[in-house]
Amino acid sequence: MFSLESLTTLVQDWLTKTFPPAVALLFEFVIVGVLAIALFAALGLVLVIMERKVAAWIQIRLGPNRVGPKGMFQSAADTVKLIMKEGLTPDGADKFLFNLAPFIVMMVAMLVLAPIGFAKGFHIWDINIGVLYVSAISSVSVIGILMAGWSSNNKYSLLGAMRSGAQMVSYELSVGLSVLSIIVLTGSLNINDIVLSQQNGWWLFKAHIPALISFVIFIIAVTAETNRAPFDLSEAESELTAGFHTEYSGMKFALFFLAEYINIFIVCAIGATLFLGGWMPFHIGNWESFNHIMDYIPTFIWFFGKTFFLIFLIMWFRWTFPRLRVDQLLNLEWKYLLPISMVNLIVMTLVAIQGWHF
Amino acid sequence: MVEEIGKTAEGDLIINVGPQHPATHGVLHLVITLNGETIKKVEPHLGYIHRSIEKMCESLTYRQFIYSTSRMDYLSAHINNHACALTVEKGLGIEIPARAQVIRVLMDELTRIASHELWWGAMAMDLGAFTPFFHAFRERESINDIMEETCGARLTMNYMVPGGVMMDLHPNFQNRVKTFLKLYKLKIHEYDELVTGNIIFQNRMKGVGYLSKEAAISYGVTGPAARGSGVSCDVRKLYPYEIYHQLQFDEILETEGDSFARYMVRLREMNESIKIIEQLIDNIPDGDFQAKTKAVLKLPKGEFYQLVETARGELGVYIVSEGGTTPYRIKFRSPGFSNLSCLDHITRGGKIGDLIASMGTLDLVIPDIDR
Repeated sequence: MFSLESLTTLVQDWLTKTFPPAVALLFEFVIVGVLAIALFAALGLVLVIMERKVAAWIQIRLGPNRVGPKGMFQSAADTVKLIMKEGLTPDGADKFLFNLAPFIVMMVAMLVLAPIGFAKGFHIWDINIGVLYVSAISSVSVIGILMAGWSSNNKYSLLGAMRSGAQMVSYELSVGLSVLSIIVLTGSLNINDIVLSQQNGWWLFKAHIPALISFVIFIIAVTAETNRAPFDLSEAESELTAGFHTEYSGMKFALFFLAEYINIFIVCAIGATLFLGGWMPFHIGNWESFNHIMDYIPTFIWFFGKTFFLIFLIMWFRWTFPRLRVDQLLNLEWKYLLPISMVNLIVMTLVAIQGWHF
Repeated sequence: MVEEIGKTAEGDLIINVGPQHPATHGVLHLVITLNGETIKKVEPHLGYIHRSIEKMCESLTYRQFIYSTSRMDYLSAHINNHACALTVEKGLGIEIPARAQVIRVLMDELTRIASHELWWGAMAMDLGAFTPFFHAFRERESINDIMEETCGARLTMNYMVPGGVMMDLHPNFQNRVKTFLKLYKLKIHEYDELVTGNIIFQNRMKGVGYLSKEAAISYGVTGPAARGSGVSCDVRKLYPYEIYHQLQFDEILETEGDSFARYMVRLREMNESIKIIEQLIDNIPDGDFQAKTKAVLKLPKGEFYQLVETARGELGVYIVSEGGTTPYRIKFRSPGFSNLSCLDHITRGGKIGDLIASMGTLDLVIPDIDR
């Protein structure tokens, strides 16, 4: 059966055999870096065109249909346009921070990619605190957004950045707690272990209603954390024109844009890993023959299929719901989601201790 | 906190919303004073799209000046033309043929629906939901097609002239309107499912932008915005013109006075317009579509005033004539200007998001305010 694991071991073996260990490691760094950047660019292009097509489908229109077959090269053309554009820095802006901010946001998105398992035995860094690493690093991106808003010397940007700060810091709690409720079941922060623990069924189905609740909370909270509608207050087109990136243009704007999409991909990948089994095929308990048939579908298809399903969900939200107001947004988190997820965590712990899950 | 609202203090944020801003739907300029996210003061600045239509009208004849009024409230172009035509007819004492009257009312109500459709889409867009805009345009497009067929234009129709309408209805008119009615009834429930029933939408609208009945009257607010506060002000009911007194329809009143009430008034008003169209579409009398008028119209010396109900409220046309071929003075009482005046009152103490939501429910059309 085709597996990406054999490919990676092949490359690894060949490198270590041909070169001294230090040089081999250096080569691996380069290969992984290039692959990560390539994945980044590819994901950006795919997600942008997907968003536009999903939006068009929901809004009874065709969407981009001029560049390439069915408009598939539209986002590539847009990228070229954005690269060609002049990146303006406003006069009153803090030039250093203004130019640094998009890179911080971008780098954070790139770093979080590291522990995600894309397929069986195919991840950049099999770190034993994978989930903790993701939540730690992803909270740095709020600094980039605050920096962008504050250094722009624009009142709209400042308001957008402040909203975004309040929002991301609060919703991180819910994300953390709902992630924790799966961690108590698996007993490991390693992403590979979490995936392997779902060999006989995904946690969403195995752990009864508490898992369902934490899944719903997770989806709501990550939508807020990635600043997507209905929680897109930091951009809030009709209120703050473009929020924290009002003053950005050209490729600097594109980096924010790209980082937003990569962040969506990452949170959906995490969601798929925790609740829907990551690259693990759909298995039901000990139905050996059924599980065997499912195994024929390559693991990376499972992973990307689940991730894109969640991405579609989040896009669906964006094109359906109106935006919340800033106080309602914080109320939702502090008065509803946080208490519910706390109680849910306790219930989940009980389930884990008693072994009530399948 | 309450005393602080309305006064500016050190550290307040003063923001210019507009003249170019996605939420003002035109070149309205609001200077808002903020304390954090809370609004302390809203100060509208006008004049960015002032074309001095009133002054221009003074040098145009009574047949010509109607065309420039399509550009005032471009979403109710028919109704603006209607008001001007009515004023001139009043001055000249022209009897309008029954067919023309029915056609005028039909066109008015179609315009009203089209205008409310656009408002509904734009309103949802202000609140951050993009999809309703396209759904609203699906229905609005078929009204525009009807207009295009009969009047030759989709937005600035210039169809109503002193004495009746410019040309007869297109032979397809009745069929197309009936098709539109069918489409509308098929799709109207989507409006409630997608937006009205949405919990986020209701939270954003209910209890926000409160306008009391007294305040509505004292600010001179008219139209659906005032009817949301329980002020009975439908000109079609109170001062009926054309054949409105023979038609069965209700004046929609809501008493809550918040943004949601204003929203509901407009949604329900569309159904009333549908009711009017249904009553008339099969009963268009035969006959002339235009009364016989002189080639050059000369209003007798005096003052003439006529009120109509546009999609936004009460539009008054005031003509002072010296007996010549052109008016001595024309004044339009546009609904948008008075409706805008209450914006500061209803948004103080709210959040920026509330300002956008309340402004959306006032249904402002900027060229109507500035003229």
